[in-house]
Amino acid sequence: MTPDEPLIPCSEAVERLWEYLDRTLSAEDQARVEQHLAFCRRCCGELEFARELRAFLATAAADEIPPDVRERLQGFVRELGG
Amino acid sequence: MATQAIPGLYALARRLTDQSPEDLVQECLLRAYRAYGELADDAAGPAWLRRILVNAFRDRLRKEMRSVEEVSVEDVDEFSLYRTLAEEDPFPYSDTLHLDFLRAFGREDVRAVLLRLPVRYRAPLVLRYMEGFSTKEIARLLDEPLGTVLAQLHRGRKRFERELWDYANESGLLAKGAGR
Ligand SMILES: [Zn+2]
Repeated sequence: MTPDEPLIPCSEAVERLWEYLDRTLSAEDQARVEQHLAFCRRCCGELEFARELRAFLATAAADEIPPDVRERLQGFVRELGG
Repeated sequence: MATQAIPGLYALARRLTDQSPEDLVQECLLRAYRAYGELADDAAGPAWLRRILVNAFRDRLRKEMRSVEEVSVEDVDEFSLYRTLAEEDPFPYSDTLHLDFLRAFGREDVRAVLLRLPVRYRAPLVLRYMEGFSTKEIARLLDEPLGTVLAQLHRGRKRFERELWDYANESGLLAKGAGR
């Protein structure tokens, strides 16, 4: 990416925010999004929300199991001999 | 080792599918029992079991759904949950509108939203953002090219945002939140 290359539009930056956070973009695209974010407050809001949404998903992963299901599966393991 | 992993495996199975998740865990435990010799270190057991479960899930999909769910071309591309929330402003008295929206969802609500997604989007999303697998590992586990997984994650994430919004509206979550 050359320094005088025009900024990518908001739509394109927003489109790539999760990939940006995941670092799965090419180095050039990563830099393009970065550069856009340095100038655009609205997309920074989008970025903040993308982070919140990812944290929200991670914390929604609780290991809950009904007692009867746990009982049955533990019984299954015992039968296997583990 | 397997006994302690059961709640986590069951929770993962339930996020991947609503079709008898208990059977999926059984299948996983059975496979693990047969392959136990391959596990070098018990400390690696929980991650090993999760991989076996995802493999069993993938095989089940192959068997049951010869015809992959057809994905209709929808107008999800233009949807931004962030913008929609700002425009619709479901919590007019809130300074933390976006967070309040997310906090209105209980764990079962999140699961219900995930289950609304086609499985090809749901599985990578669950594995990446809830289970913390890398994109490369997901590609290996699901036996898909990395590019396919990245594309599924991209579209899946957008679908997820859209379904969060639709679910919140349909199930009255927003009305509850607004009254707080
Ligand atoms: Zn922007």
